[in-house]
Amino acid sequence: MESASIPVRPTRRSRGEVAREYVSRFGLIAILLILPVAYGIQDLQDEGNLSRLATNIKDGLSNGAIWALIAVGYTLVYGIIELINFAHGDLFMIGSFVSYALIGTVGLTTATGNFGLLFGLLLILVIAMVGCGTLNVMIERVGYRPLRNAPKLAPLITAVGFSFILQNVGLLWLGGSHHGVPDLIESQNDFFTVLGVPVTHGDILALVVTVPLFIFLVTFIARSRMGRAMRATAQDPQAARLMGINVDTTISFTFLTGGLMAGAAGLIYALYQTDVWFFSGFTAGLIAFTAAVMGGIGNLKGAILGGLIIGCLQQISDNRIGTEWTPVIVFAYLVLILVFRPQGLLGEETREAG
Amino acid sequence: MSAMTARARAIKPPERIGKIKMSTIFTVIVIAVAILLPFFYESGSGFMNDATVALVYVVMALGLNIVVGFAGLLDLGYVAFFAIGAYTMGWLASSWFSKEDIHVGVSEILNNQPGIHLNWLIVLPVAAIAAASLGALLGFPTLRLRGDYIAIVTLAFGEIIGRIAVNSDDGIFGIGHFNLTNGRAGITPVDKIDIPLVDRFTTLNLRPWYWTALALALVVLFINFRLRDSRIGRAWIAIREDEVAAISMGIPTVRVKLLAYALGAAMGGMAGTFLGSFYNTVNADQFEFSFSIFVLAMIILGGLGSIWGVVLGALVLSFINTNLIPDVLNNVPGKLGLDFDLTELGFGIFGFLLVIMMVLRPQGLIPEKRHQAEFAEVLEGEHDVVVETRA
Repeated sequence: MESASIPVRPTRRSRGEVAREYVSRFGLIAILLILPVAYGIQDLQDEGNLSRLATNIKDGLSNGAIWALIAVGYTLVYGIIELINFAHGDLFMIGSFVSYALIGTVGLTTATGNFGLLFGLLLILVIAMVGCGTLNVMIERVGYRPLRNAPKLAPLITAVGFSFILQNVGLLWLGGSHHGVPDLIESQNDFFTVLGVPVTHGDILALVVTVPLFIFLVTFIARSRMGRAMRATAQDPQAARLMGINVDTTISFTFLTGGLMAGAAGLIYALYQTDVWFFSGFTAGLIAFTAAVMGGIGNLKGAILGGLIIGCLQQISDNRIGTEWTPVIVFAYLVLILVFRPQGLLGEETREAG
Repeated sequence: MSAMTARARAIKPPERIGKIKMSTIFTVIVIAVAILLPFFYESGSGFMNDATVALVYVVMALGLNIVVGFAGLLDLGYVAFFAIGAYTMGWLASSWFSKEDIHVGVSEILNNQPGIHLNWLIVLPVAAIAAASLGALLGFPTLRLRGDYIAIVTLAFGEIIGRIAVNSDDGIFGIGHFNLTNGRAGITPVDKIDIPLVDRFTTLNLRPWYWTALALALVVLFINFRLRDSRIGRAWIAIREDEVAAISMGIPTVRVKLLAYALGAAMGGMAGTFLGSFYNTVNADQFEFSFSIFVLAMIILGGLGSIWGVVLGALVLSFINTNLIPDVLNNVPGKLGLDFDLTELGFGIFGFLLVIMMVLRPQGLIPEKRHQAEFAEVLEGEHDVVVETRA
């Protein structure tokens, strides 16, 4: 009662605070816009139109769809047990290897007819997804569950350990060299052209696979019983347990979902880039993690958005600065994001932040 | 309760003999053995080579232990400081910048060669300062962040340094054409370490190398012990245990954290100069993420924050890496009728080791006392939960 009688003054904030909030909100967006705007101006000066930049961004969105699929796995797992699952990138690599091997086993070649191709790829997609999902659940069971009460560093280190193990599985499986995947869908051939931007078969594939998966995933997390259990566990595992949620099953299910997405990303990557390599998972994992952080870790839609943005930045850097410098650019962005806005574009949804 | 009685019943070794502490005797014996070790092996033998490298790894592991073990800031980009140290050595003690002509404190032969040639004793503090500044710089963006994000920022930082090392053989970011690092081909040869009044350092006589590495390791070990027991060391441990409580006790967290990064980095840089000279090359392939994990694995294997544990972990992993995997295990797949090269699997084996270690003995081989207490608490806590649910 006493406190209620004190008149509440509108809090006046100092100029510094306002400025800080302003930087926090718009600084990141400004940083993200540096590269596209700079090169857009350059294009306008050199060629008089923006079609090169638009092509970059279109390629970036297709590539970004793959990163977004991987980033979803990071963000779900981080949201629920606050672990950076380092092995996730390498799980994606295993997914691309499974796809590569199955394309050979099923016997798909560039000569296969359209119907056979569609059926075969669908089969491979399902197997790669289920395989990666199962593997991820197994890793969780062996490596992370026994350490649930241990200090936070412990599961992080097992995750790094599993990352190395998966990399070596890949190394043993196909050796250290790059392997070319038969270009089944003629991924670089134009499907149609809009405003001078060629849309290729690869872009269509990325679109056709990822968009339904994202819609399904977002609806699943928002509407289904299991999705609700996942969100409850992410908020407070103890309370979720008291409400009758089986926390262990829910966590396993989260890992399964992340694995499924990584498997799908593996197949698209193999078909789109027509190249698989045992070390691709490490870089992909870091890029995808950057995407997850950019969107706000724990935030599903944020991860998808972050993936698409990172894809665009990466494509611009690949095309203009040089492929070998892309990782440096992406990691520099990661550091800048964490400096300016650690909670990401859409805000994080984790226990500590909540 | 049973745990308590078991602990009480356990036979404790005597802590003192006469007036001398057991731990002092132990330290003296270890150092004496380490100093006399070269006399039992040939001066150019493979063992001497492995032992020298192992001692340098001890230096690095002790440096990383300050950051991860004491201050609790998970650093996954430690390789960056190794790289800075090694490149400092490569630039300041080789014929790389052949247009320059600077010679300080080097032998007659080197005096006639072009390039910058500084004595290792000069390069060492330069590298330490360079690495320390970079460490503090890296620490800056991580100050506001919590645990996992620090790991990611440091990892990204390590990767950035590694990529710059690989790609800077023709300008940086595609600008210019200056060859800074020579990429994967590397800067070679690098000057041998040259210390006044000591035998010449050659590839055939590894004893001076070994003793120099040992001296470096002992100095770093001493610094580590003194730091741990100092005001700063207590501040680090306080931050590691509970940052909020540490701040409210008046610990200047910013300064103390940056100091941890800088000191850890300086040790990495010093180790880098030695390895650059010892391997006689500084090339970008040495500076990969897996190396950061390799050093991290040493301190985890030994026991985070426990100085003797870290020394043991570094020695064990180093010998597994240089000796066990290439020499002993190399023939095993052939005998089993399998056709693959086990040396390729080095890091797979490390990965396996990390997982096993974490699941079975997360506190490490020689756990730090405080950590040990924490683990015991967690276990007792689990026990309580079981009882509750049963009731």
